[in-house]
Amino acid sequence: MTTLLDPTSERAATTRERAARPATLDGLTIGLLDITKARGDVFLDRIADVLTTRGHTVLRFAKPTFTKPAPVDLRHEISTKCDVVIEALAD
Amino acid sequence: MPPLDLPDGLVAIVKRDCPTCVLVGPVLAELRDRATDTVTIVSQDDPTFPEPTGGALDDRDLATSFALDLDTVPTLLRIEHGRETARIIGWSRDQWESFTGVSPLGSQLPPYRPGCGSLTQDPAIAQRHATQLGERALQARRLELGNDEDDAEAMFERGWSDGLPLVPPTPERVVRMLTGTTRDPQDIVAIVPPDLVECTVEKVAINAVMAGCRPEYLPVVLAALEAACTDEFNMHGLLATTWFSGPVIVVNGPITRAIGMNSGINALGPGNRANATIGRALQLVIRNVGGGRPGDVDRATLGQPGKYTCCFAEHEDAYWEPMHVERGYRADQNTVTLFAGEGVRGVVDQLSRTPESLTRSFAACLRTSAHPKLPLAFDAMLIITPDHLRVYEGAGWSKARFREELGALLQLDGNELVRGAAGIEEGIPESLADVTLPKFRDGGFLIAHAGGGAGLFSGIMGGWASGKMGSEVVTREIRS
Repeated sequence: MTTLLDPTSERAATTRERAARPATLDGLTIGLLDITKARGDVFLDRIADVLTTRGHTVLRFAKPTFTKPAPVDLRHEISTKCDVVIEALAD
Repeated sequence: MPPLDLPDGLVAIVKRDCPTCVLVGPVLAELRDRATDTVTIVSQDDPTFPEPTGGALDDRDLATSFALDLDTVPTLLRIEHGRETARIIGWSRDQWESFTGVSPLGSQLPPYRPGCGSLTQDPAIAQRHATQLGERALQARRLELGNDEDDAEAMFERGWSDGLPLVPPTPERVVRMLTGTTRDPQDIVAIVPPDLVECTVEKVAINAVMAGCRPEYLPVVLAALEAACTDEFNMHGLLATTWFSGPVIVVNGPITRAIGMNSGINALGPGNRANATIGRALQLVIRNVGGGRPGDVDRATLGQPGKYTCCFAEHEDAYWEPMHVERGYRADQNTVTLFAGEGVRGVVDQLSRTPESLTRSFAACLRTSAHPKLPLAFDAMLIITPDHLRVYEGAGWSKARFREELGALLQLDGNELVRGAAGIEEGIPESLADVTLPKFRDGGFLIAHAGGGAGLFSGIMGGWASGKMGSEVVTREIRS
């Protein structure tokens, strides 16, 4: 019988419930997060136009670089100011 | 079994397979009768030995002998208040008489006989003991494979492999791997992305075994992992990018010769165990400990074969100072330098005999790295070969001079780079049309010297999103 040592982190992924989806965007603040990839802004500008035209409140955010996760402070700011978030990932 | 609890008094450790021990058997019986001290006898190989004393305490598992760190049998110890206070080895009548306070002693024996090697000195036994001791320091989960299970297949099925076969990480192999470093197996080496897991020396050793490393490569793997997991190098982003790049390890210093790395013919290709397995070990740690797998967090559109492994040594006995010296280290220091690199592409120039001409060739080819109309966005490494370096040596161009001349040739006119220029939509914003921009940022262009044999070719390894935007080049000293 062969014994092997586990090369992994020996962690099990935890499953978390998604936040409940709102039935309507009425009255909610919508955050738009640009990850700063090329032309992501083109997409988000258009989304902002559409949402603003419909009377929604839109706040814009951007990651310092697309190559790293959003900084904790930025995530915190978005979570305190917004009810929902749209993140653009583009290439 | 734990070592025996030895009583105060005299303790003799013997083995049957030792003529001197056989010789002193009757002396030990004599001591039992005549010494005022308690006399305890311990046998390494046969508890019925020595017969004149009616046998001995059983130390066939050698736990007591290892605990006493014996070289020789017979060894005679004095234990006071539970501690050894003196010992003598072999048989010497004078010594035994003064040590035991019993005289005359063994008068029928010759005055002196050397002892024999303690069983703990048997190389196979010593190795087995070291493994047992080492295994106690291991904390990784143990997986018992079934008798009918193929170990190679079992590792594939568990998702540990990069696609190539792995060496089974048995406890014995991992303990041997850990002899390559003085670091404690439970030391934390780095926080490994993407799962941001604290990775111990032990986990690195397990993956290094699977990659095929020898123990002496382990310090290089540890340093490479430390460098890869810095904020500046940004392994998380490098893993996640849709671009081709992966960690490229350049190793410098005397260690490259000591562990037999290749900096010569086919330095970037197959055929050298150290080059091949050090780079692979780093990638396996990121896969298995960090949880970074192709198709999950690794989103590379095409990827490239250098993501299995990409590690080479620089050829340091050359006209230009080596990379680590250029980056502020001493020549005798051992370092790894990590670069977020693509695959290598060739530069042909078989006709240039002047540095001016050859530098123009390099500039023309380097300009096209990633895209000829994109400045500053991507780093690059030039791997210059001996035949090309000779051109610079012949003309007396230092490495600094080469950098300066090349940099001047890589100042690009914004008009040629803007979107739409040359009929190509890719490029920089129109607002930069009147600006001159360098192809590479400060610190974004590396030069390595490697390769061997003939060939008026050099290599270019393109980089990834440069600097704070993506990845900085990171050098770390290799510690033992």
